[in-house]
Amino acid sequence: MPMLMPEPDAQTLARRDEIVAAMRAFVPGEGVIADEKGMSVYESDGLTAYRQMPMIVVLPETVAQVSAIMRYCNANAVKIVPRGAGTSLSGGALPAADAITLGLGKFNRVLEIDYANRCAVVQPGVTNLGITHAVEADGFYYAPDPSSQIACTIGGNVAENSGGVHCLKYGLTTNNILGIEMVLPDGEIMRLGGKHMDSEGYDLLGLMTGSEGLLGVITEVTVRILPKPTTARALMIGFGSSTAGGQCVADIIGAGIIPGGMEMMDRPAIKAAEAFVQVGYPLDVEALLLVELDGPPVEVDYLIGRVREIAEGLGAVSIRVSESEDERNQFWAGRKAAFPAIGRLTPDYYCMDGTIPRHRLPEVLERMSGLSEKYGLGVANVFHAGDGNLHPLIMYDANKPGELDRAENFGSDILRLCVEVGGVLTGEHGVGVEKRDLMSEVFTDDDLNQQMRVKCAFDPNQLLNPGKVFPTLHRCAELGRMHIHRGKMPFPDLPRF
Amino acid sequence: MTETFKPETSAQVVEAIAWASSEETPLEILGTGTKRGFGRPMGDGNRIIAHAVDLSGLTGITLYEPEELVLSAWAGTPLAEIEAAVAAKGQMLAFEPPRFARLYGGDGGTLGGMIACNLAGPRRIKAGAARDHILGIEAVTGRGDLVKSGGRVVKNVTGYDLSKLLTGSFGTLAALTQITIKVLPAAETEETILLSGATAADAVEIMSAALNSSNEVSGAAHLPAGLASVSGPVTAFRVEGFVPSVAARSEALRALVGARGNVTTLDREASQAFWASVRDVEGVGDGDAPLWRLSVTPDKSADIMEAISARVPGTALFDWGGGLIWFRVGSDGGDTGGAVIREVLAANGGGHATLVRAPEDVRRKVDVFQPQPGPLAALSARVKESFDPRHVLNPGRMYSGV
Repeated sequence: MPMLMPEPDAQTLARRDEIVAAMRAFVPGEGVIADEKGMSVYESDGLTAYRQMPMIVVLPETVAQVSAIMRYCNANAVKIVPRGAGTSLSGGALPAADAITLGLGKFNRVLEIDYANRCAVVQPGVTNLGITHAVEADGFYYAPDPSSQIACTIGGNVAENSGGVHCLKYGLTTNNILGIEMVLPDGEIMRLGGKHMDSEGYDLLGLMTGSEGLLGVITEVTVRILPKPTTARALMIGFGSSTAGGQCVADIIGAGIIPGGMEMMDRPAIKAAEAFVQVGYPLDVEALLLVELDGPPVEVDYLIGRVREIAEGLGAVSIRVSESEDERNQFWAGRKAAFPAIGRLTPDYYCMDGTIPRHRLPEVLERMSGLSEKYGLGVANVFHAGDGNLHPLIMYDANKPGELDRAENFGSDILRLCVEVGGVLTGEHGVGVEKRDLMSEVFTDDDLNQQMRVKCAFDPNQLLNPGKVFPTLHRCAELGRMHIHRGKMPFPDLPRF
Repeated sequence: MTETFKPETSAQVVEAIAWASSEETPLEILGTGTKRGFGRPMGDGNRIIAHAVDLSGLTGITLYEPEELVLSAWAGTPLAEIEAAVAAKGQMLAFEPPRFARLYGGDGGTLGGMIACNLAGPRRIKAGAARDHILGIEAVTGRGDLVKSGGRVVKNVTGYDLSKLLTGSFGTLAALTQITIKVLPAAETEETILLSGATAADAVEIMSAALNSSNEVSGAAHLPAGLASVSGPVTAFRVEGFVPSVAARSEALRALVGARGNVTTLDREASQAFWASVRDVEGVGDGDAPLWRLSVTPDKSADIMEAISARVPGTALFDWGGGLIWFRVGSDGGDTGGAVIREVLAANGGGHATLVRAPEDVRRKVDVFQPQPGPLAALSARVKESFDPRHVLNPGRMYSGV
């Protein structure tokens, strides 16, 4: 396994009993877990290939407790790994041997629903779907809908800037939150934003969103809620080539239509999904496009007609339009079950998360099948077609010697390919430990050093979520140094006035 | 006498800032300088700002792919050039950037300037602000490092979102060189429903009801008497989209709003003109009287304005369904009402008040941006240090010492 985590600090490990006692003083009763059996459920997250037993698990219930824990850890150089529901697909919540895993699961209350201002104030351990459940009876919902929404928590969503199927039209987490309360590594509790729009000063709220638990621990979130669209209908369109499917996506957007959701699957993914849920996916096509339109009925009906025309013009092999909620849900059932469907075909699979400029899709798929041959491993693709976010699922068997390594190398090659065509390493799953060592494929040393300097502004002792995101973490003092060459003004050509 | 550098490449920006950093000489970072009156008068202790970096020479659209909804341009590109390019393809900057320069008696402005100030117009309530549409950025930090963040794709969580951090940082962290933004299809048509005669309190309540309906309202504003071409106050609601959808939603909205008073409907052209004037704060923003911009909890806006008006006379325009208040101060006690305004905000759910326009001597003594609580101010200062340890970029433009 090529995962290299920072060497555990022997001094910290030697003080484990003392640290456990200190934690018990902050969080009484069952909130401190120090036995191996109790801690074992925390040893990995959604990226199950990586496992590590934490030093201690602490489950605080109040902000004051979080603050006290952080202050103690900062003073005593103890590392902390924050954790929500542990559904990260990039190892963002992977424990460290010499760190406290700080679980926010007990922060599970919806504190306030404010319809007049279209927002809700929730604790970070509330699940994504839990927010929608709290407001849907009154005709509202929370828009970002990562596929783990039944389990993943809003705190984790903020840390990862989670997306979902609907984010082309409704945005990511970062576009749907108004404020947070957080605790800095030194124990300081602070608020960013509130119920008003655009938080004041520097956009630290935007910075915190997607910072993967490296800057602070989120203890409260104010989310925007939206009135539910009155209607939603979907089209299921089959194409003879991924090129035609990709062109259809481009033409829909070119016609000024931003669908609520737009997903594409390749032949292996279609086959697996259909075998699993039998919803009538066409098996004779190379690409299946699901397009969902939402809004007032008159608009949805009109746009269904427009999209159908576009698809027909591109020689779609098959087109079905949902005529009922049941049918619409059926169309989605296959896509939503794509991961478990692939899981039936293979002992293990590895889910990637690159984003590419959409028009490069046919080329990327072709080169991916070349890589599939090279590594001798199958791959199926599901694709958030509207925003270019690609989820290749690499099929392997961890029990066969060398297959996991091959799958990981295959995955790295796919991500390098995404970067090469103008895309990025991760659209919504985060860097975590998984893509940490690929960061220099995207960023220069100067880019990464500046990001690390920002980390130092929040966490000068580098105690929060160690070993994640950055391939090599330099000491803050070293990063702060400036190399000055005084006295020269070396730009003779620079126009000046 | 200020010496101005006018670089034409990112490398020249690096050279200029690296030199300033090595000399610990502060720089003014600007585009075309149309919003110079926005922010604190610069200065940092006894250091005089004797050099400026004018980024208006970094100009031109470098990538525009309408079907990918993405546009990249040099920071000094005129905003008008970008809006014309996207309009030619039936697209728009969905956050509806206002012509802020007009508040200072000028016109124009650049993409970089708009991003540096995180501007947004009436569609903010539905589409977000500039910060919600920025995809990637290239900039030169106060250390003289050319850094990039983000990319050219809509969905990206690779590394910290420094693009958002730099958006709205008023050139105090880095000089922006290249910017990539998300563009969106422009609406096929739009209509606006005007309700006349509502009090501010009623208007805020009706705007909330309209925004909570499924009619996808993309503009909700309340204008005081004498601003629109009607006699009393006016409350406006905009719907945009495809023709049949706009017709249906406009009708539903007329029924909803019409129960509260007399309504009239503006067609596409009139609606566009109306919202352009709200966007640019026409009327309330005219002249040179001190002007505040308040971002507040929307349903508290009428109470907030009532409490402020009792102590500081002036005229207010409500946008963003009440979430944004533009307040032109009539006569003031010397601080343009800043203390009162901030006291009232604090007692009404928080938010922030920015003194968008005032004479230089006033902006020197009144906090232009909302003062931050100690720990947050300290964190902001550390973030500034991380980009610009020698305080060479627009020192003091946002906060003293930052």
